[in-house]
Amino acid sequence: MRVLAALSGGVDSAVAAARAVDAGHDVVGVHMALSRNRDQFRSGSRGCCSIEDSNDARRAADKLGIPYYVWDLSDEFHDLVVKDFLSEYAAGRTPNPCVRCNEHIKFDTLLERADALGFDAVATGHYARIEIRDDGVRELHRARDPLKDQSYVLAVMGPDKVAQSMFPLGDMASKAEVRAEAAARGLGVSNKPDSYDICFVADGDTKGFLQRELGEKPGEIRDESGEVVGSHGGAYAYTVGQRRGLGIGRPAADGAPRYVTDVDTARNVVTVGPETLLSVTTLEGEDAVWLAPDVPATEPTPCEAQVRAHGSTTPGRVVLRGDRLSVELDSPMRGVAAGQSLVVYAGTRVLGQATLAKRDI
Amino acid sequence: MVDVAAEALAAHAGLVGNPSASHAGGRRARAVVDDARERVAAAVGAHPSEVIWTSGGTEADNLAIKGLYWARRQADARRTRIVISAVEHHAVLEPAEWLAAEHGAQLVLLPVDAHGRVDLDAVKNELAAHAESTALISVMWANNEVGTVQPVAEVAALAAAHGVPFHTDAVQAVGHVPVDFAHSGATALSLSAHKVGGPVGVGALVVTRTERLMPVTHGGGQERQIRSGTLDAAGFAATAAALDWAVDHLEGEAARLRELQAHAVERILATIPDAALTGTGLGPGRLPGNVHVCFPGADPDALMFMLDSQGILASNGAACSAGVHQSSHVLMAMGYSAADASSTMRFSLGHTTTSGDIDALMGALPEAVERARRIR
Repeated sequence: MRVLAALSGGVDSAVAAARAVDAGHDVVGVHMALSRNRDQFRSGSRGCCSIEDSNDARRAADKLGIPYYVWDLSDEFHDLVVKDFLSEYAAGRTPNPCVRCNEHIKFDTLLERADALGFDAVATGHYARIEIRDDGVRELHRARDPLKDQSYVLAVMGPDKVAQSMFPLGDMASKAEVRAEAAARGLGVSNKPDSYDICFVADGDTKGFLQRELGEKPGEIRDESGEVVGSHGGAYAYTVGQRRGLGIGRPAADGAPRYVTDVDTARNVVTVGPETLLSVTTLEGEDAVWLAPDVPATEPTPCEAQVRAHGSTTPGRVVLRGDRLSVELDSPMRGVAAGQSLVVYAGTRVLGQATLAKRDI
Repeated sequence: MVDVAAEALAAHAGLVGNPSASHAGGRRARAVVDDARERVAAAVGAHPSEVIWTSGGTEADNLAIKGLYWARRQADARRTRIVISAVEHHAVLEPAEWLAAEHGAQLVLLPVDAHGRVDLDAVKNELAAHAESTALISVMWANNEVGTVQPVAEVAALAAAHGVPFHTDAVQAVGHVPVDFAHSGATALSLSAHKVGGPVGVGALVVTRTERLMPVTHGGGQERQIRSGTLDAAGFAATAAALDWAVDHLEGEAARLRELQAHAVERILATIPDAALTGTGLGPGRLPGNVHVCFPGADPDALMFMLDSQGILASNGAACSAGVHQSSHVLMAMGYSAADASSTMRFSLGHTTTSGDIDALMGALPEAVERARRIR
């Protein structure tokens, strides 16, 4: 197969590309330049799309003996990921930009380009497994290493794109094993630190980034009775379920900790309350994608629901109706915010994904 | 590298003496350096003492822009204007922008027409209005992207009439079209060895003996105190050999390339829908080895990839250090939209190019453009 290996400059994508080469594919390395600030150098483990990352990706391609290109997707990244991130926060939701990037950049723009240029598949360094069944259905599963599993952020890609993707690291036992393999292959990035945080928030200060981009908007924090208990610099910076950083001087009457229960950016009000108000037993998702044609879920179907990367799962029953997905949970889930990605599993298998809708409390 | 240059490089690679040393080894190396200097001077119509060796075209351009600006401004504090064409190479554009940002210069960009040729009326008006406050004017001999040959003699005459030093970046022109420094009327001229089949890492600034230049690198005082640094005798010998070869073969090679150029352009325009030649038409106003074409709607990264994977080594615009394609300032100055300026490809023809290469290009290009146009 002609395989396009996305090379970020990190160790995972380099080893993934190496494994695609070993599997006998005709591999070409492509580094996606996502930052508009092209002179930016990495600071610590943060940031991506820098000159250093591009150099690391090129050196990995050199080592593997594969052609290497840089494709400029910075306009697409800015329009589809960064702007969306800001407008979602401005609307009082909590977006996951990595999900959005996977959906719109890696498994849309990049896949489409690869397809137009004659590639059969795109290989990335994501941690997830694709199992091809005898009937041709491709099942997306959690990676072997639960700590590195990225099936949550990949679920959004949907069935068609799973068919064009390769995740050569899905069966690695651990990140240490990936690093050892990189070292054994002589890849210079074997000890490169992992990247954390949001790549376009270079200093890791998401709240500060939002404040710079969206501006200071002072407003009130109220409790569930409507009484003003504090102030904030912009409701958009708060997330339902948040407990820290509220700066409320006065404790609640019963002394229990208070959590953000609602973010209303239209009125610029943040509402706080006891943990019990956060608990939900039903999850409603929009813009659903379904990856299990053999499990139609038109009737309540047993599943486990997850609403956060690396979050825990809660069992329940899922029903799929058109592009809406609802899950009745067996036990209450807390810290559920509109805009988050809801992924529904059956064991290690991803059944479907949707975006949590705004709910009324 | 052309064979004669590689041979000259190998023949002198073992020279151990520092050309600036007084002992026998130094004298031997010095003789090689000055022999090369004389040959390079003769090849471009200059006096040997006008040749200042550099590490390449970029350093020569930097030395010209900064050296002339600082020297002229020191002599007369009013002289802060740097006048350059809007289509200069980054090696001229960026030092000028840097001087404007950091050293009080006023940068004036001269407009070009749709063919990329500098507007002589704009030069006239600029000099008529601001000659006393102008430190230098720089207009390239020929453009590196679209191959347009500039009216260098006319600009030089205007600059001379107003007492303003005139620099020309002739990196693309030397060895490809006739270049005579003395006859051109320029004050300073940049050239690069690797553009004439010589080694990478060698260039020269040719500058009249009466013009004072502020040095950019300080140290041992080599090259008339203007450019310090130990001299690369073997590199210079290879440069002289390459330049001699290029000048000796210029007429025949230019005619051969112009034929290939016409052939390539005709086939591309006949085969690829909506393809358009940029710059001036074919003829003396265009470099003989330059084929630069706009393919509207084609994604530049995809075009590059498709051609490269078919063994066609072509370029689209300038790339930054991370390898990201950027819209060409040259095409933008010529009036192209950012999208069309991106959707271009330069096919450079040189001494190794044959009609078989044009056939290979035409074997790959239609599919490459078609696929690159599928990308939104």
